[in-house]
Formats: sequence, structure tokens, C-alpha cells
Amino acid sequence: MHPAFSVIFLTTLIGAGQGLYLALYTVQLYSVFKVLPAQDPTHFYALGGLIVLVFLALGLFSSFFHLGRPERAWRSAARWRTSWLSREVIALPAFLGAVTVWGAIQFSGWNPLLFTFGDGVEVDLSLLVGAVATLLCFTLFLFTGMIYACIKMLQEWATPLTVVNYTLLGLSSGWILATAFASWRSPGLVQFYAGWSIFVTVVAFATRSASLVRNSRIKHKSTLQTAIGIRHAHIEQKAQGSMTGSFNTREYFHGATPRNFKYVKWVFLLLAFPAPLLLLSIGLATNATVLLLAAFLVQYLGLLAERWFFFAQANHPQNLYYQTV
Amino acid sequence: MTQLALVIDLNVCVGCHACVTSCKEWNTSGTAGPMGDMNPFAKDPTGTFFNRVQTFEVGEFPNTDTVHFPKSCLHCEDPPCVPVCPTGASYKREEDGIVLVDSEKCIGCNYCSWACPYGARELDEQQKVMKKCTLCVDRIYDESLPKSERKPACVNACPTDARLFGDVSDPNSEVSLAIRENGGYQLMPEWGTQPANHYLPRRKTRITIHEDELIRADNPLRKERKLPMPDAGDPTLDETTSW
Repeated sequence: MHPAFSVIFLTTLIGAGQGLYLALYTVQLYSVFKVLPAQDPTHFYALGGLIVLVFLALGLFSSFFHLGRPERAWRSAARWRTSWLSREVIALPAFLGAVTVWGAIQFSGWNPLLFTFGDGVEVDLSLLVGAVATLLCFTLFLFTGMIYACIKMLQEWATPLTVVNYTLLGLSSGWILATAFASWRSPGLVQFYAGWSIFVTVVAFATRSASLVRNSRIKHKSTLQTAIGIRHAHIEQKAQGSMTGSFNTREYFHGATPRNFKYVKWVFLLLAFPAPLLLLSIGLATNATVLLLAAFLVQYLGLLAERWFFFAQANHPQNLYYQTV
Repeated sequence: MTQLALVIDLNVCVGCHACVTSCKEWNTSGTAGPMGDMNPFAKDPTGTFFNRVQTFEVGEFPNTDTVHFPKSCLHCEDPPCVPVCPTGASYKREEDGIVLVDSEKCIGCNYCSWACPYGARELDEQQKVMKKCTLCVDRIYDESLPKSERKPACVNACPTDARLFGDVSDPNSEVSLAIRENGGYQLMPEWGTQPANHYLPRRKTRITIHEDELIRADNPLRKERKLPMPDAGDPTLDETTSW
């Protein structure tokens, strides 16, 4: 498939935003159970929530560039019963809205205590709204992944690993960002965030590698023989139905040389996993916020490459009708 | 239930592209809006087509077969492009099974084109909406046209009658007969899309002759000649043999 940068930015930006939100809410939840110290609602949660919103809004903005008719984008919420894309179109603004409310509660200070249970565990409004946002956050990860995983013709995508990778890569990106954010706003949390960042990144590396291994062994169901229905081992295409290309030769082919294609794979394997872990470790050791931020940015570049490769690697069966692109 | 479809006979298609040009001529002023062309008279011209003819060479020289292969939307009975559409612009008509795109609702997200294994959909570069074969829905029901012309433009244009049009759900229709009697098949059956359009394969007429049919077993001397006419008074074969 031809990787569209609008979708690459959309999925990587909202992934980082979602991961960061989960990181913020995890600390809130832990602090309720008194595992971690409580954080300042305005300077930690509200500010963090604002960063989440910036990422989500940038992602949403980017997604409009994928549409031929962006002015009709509102229509895309119509078919949520059948279309994962439609579901994502609903889940993204819903999550964005929930994070806005959660951030607003934190910022305004109007946060009534709803009830207490157990050994003085206090459940306030922000915790409840945050729980809803968390649910929407995971729903969004699922919907985003399923947009790709549900197309059975694109065998490289049609695997639960697609959803798992979207989720884990988003988490990894967001938690590394949270580590950098914490070293700026609440240094006491850096160790906590860094630990989980390393764990998630390592797990994400494992699952992404698993999908690479799976896709390298994939056996495509369609062949030129099934595509045109002629049983012969030697079929050569002589004409493709257009002189200088068509939508079919542009949309479904990544256009990179095999060498560059392979190169992108190694770039993302390096930048998305070991490079941020290295920067994270040095940043932790030297207590340098700048290195933690660099870890996030370097990984983000790696994730852009990862997403490009994800799209480029998918081999559409219609390409069988275009043997010489 | 009605399922309109095309049956394309690869045995007689000569690859003249008359279906391609007639399709474009009719549909560029059709219900789905103009079929845009970019750089039509410059370098790298490209444009929207509902139907394209490709050519394949089957076999190795000297035993090759040139197969011209017209391909348009196959109007699948279970179209994968329809459920993925987020706006409902892509739909399959209940009454005749034609798969259409509502150009007023399409947002041009390309998602349906990803779900179609056949690459039958094209995004129009000018209108920025998805375009596909409509089976000339604005022609086949037009009562102002003579009945013989109420067919898709490509079917009317085909000089070798390689394209048949009809209801494949009716077992006695011309298209169903053609599929049944001439080995009609579907493209990429592995995806379970059940394309309504069928293709008829290359067919060669051959008879099988065994050796004992060439060399008469009842002629042990191998003398092949005209037998002499029996005399008029001789008994006939019927009179001497009991069958």
C-alpha cells in the first residue's frame, strides 16, 4: 500500500496522546490507593491533559488531509454498526471530549467527592471521568487497530498483532513522553514512569518483531492464476489498461526501491526501540530532562518510519493485476 | 432477488477497448459525475475509468495464448467494500444487486478501495470521490431508449459480443446459461466475495479419437479400398445376417 503521511501522523500522534493520558491517569489512580504521592491537579494533571489534547487535536487535524472531501467528514460517523473507521471517527472525539472534561475538572478545582470505600479510598469526580476516558482510550486503540486488522485481503494487517502493536507502540510513546513530562513537573515520578516505559517498549519490540516474523513467512492466498482465472504457471502481463498509470498503480504501491524499503525497516527497529531506551537510561542516570525528551522525539521519528513500513509492507491482491509497476 | 451482472467471454474478446471508450463516453456525463482526466494532452496522462482491458500472455513461446482481460467492478454478492464505508456512500442495491457509490456522500477516504481485492474502484482526481462501474444504472432502466439498447454501454459497444448482461440469479437467463454451459468462473474465489460478474474461459473444440478408431479392427489385411459393388442378385446384408 502507498503510505499516506496524513494517516501516519494521525496514528502516531494520537498513540502518543493516548499513552500519555494513560500514564497520567495511572498516577492518579495509584495516588488514590496511596501507592504514589498525590500530584498537583493544575500543574501536573491539567497541564498533562493539555499536552494530551494537543497531540489528539494535531492527529485529528492531520487525518483531514487523508480525505478527498474533508468538508463532508461529519458524515463518517454514520456507519458505526459495520465500519471500524466510522467507529474510530466517533471514539476519537469522544476520548478527546472526555480528556477535556477530565482536564477541566483538574484545572478548575471543582472536584466533588463522590464516595469513599474500603480503607478511606476516596473516589472523586475526576477519577470517575478519568475512568471513562481510560475506557475510551483503550476503545480508540482497538478501533484504530481494527481499521487495518479487519481487511482480510491485506494479509499483513489481518492479525490481532496489528491491534496489539498499535496499542503497545502508543503506550510506549506516551509513557516515554510522560517520563520527560514528569522530570519537568514532578521529578519524583520519573523512576516510576521510566520503569514502565522500558517495560512497555521492550514488550512492544517483542510484539512488533513477532509481526515482522509473521509477515516474512506469509503465504498470499491470491495468485495471478486466481486473479484472472487461468491455470498456467507462466503468465506474463503485456498491458495494464493504462499508458502512464492510474489510481491502481498509485494507491497500492509504496514506490520505494527494495533497498530503501529494507532500510526503513532497520531505521524503525533502531529508532523506535533501542535508541529511546538508551537515551532514557542516560537521561535517568544524568537526570537530564532534555535527554528524556530526546528519547521521546527520537522514538517518534522511529514510529513514523514504523508506520510507513506498516503501510508499505501490506501487499494488496489487486497488485496482481499490475505486474510491472 | 435479482442480481444483474456481466459475463465476459475471454474466448472472443479481441482487446479492442471499445468497451473502455464507450464506458467512458457514456459515464462521463452519467449520474456519478464526470470521470476526470489529469494531463490528458501532456506528459503522464491519467484518468478515471470504470473498465480497463489488460492483456496477458499465457504460456511460453511458441505455445502462447494472448488473453485480453477486461476488468470492472464485479458487483459482488457479498461486497467487502460496502460494510467498511464510514458514511454509507457505498451501498448495494436491494432490487438489482448493483454496487454503487453515492457521490454526494463519499468523503474520499479510499477505505473501500483498500477492502476491494480486485482494485475495481478509483478515486477521481478532480471530484475527489470514489468512482466505480455503475452497470450503467442510468441507462438500463431508461424507457426512452429502445429495448435493445437498455444495456450497459460496454455491452452495446462490444463488436464480438464478448460481453453478456443479465440477471445471474435467474437460472434460465442468457447469462446463467452461458456460465453453466461454458464453464463460467469468478475471480479470486478465495475471498468469499461471490462476484456477480463471471468470466468464460478460453475454449478449444477438440474430439478424442482412439487408435482403434483410426485403424479398422475388422480389416485384418489393412487393405483400405472401396469395396466392389455387390451384384444386383446377391443377397443383401440384411438377408444374410441376423443382427
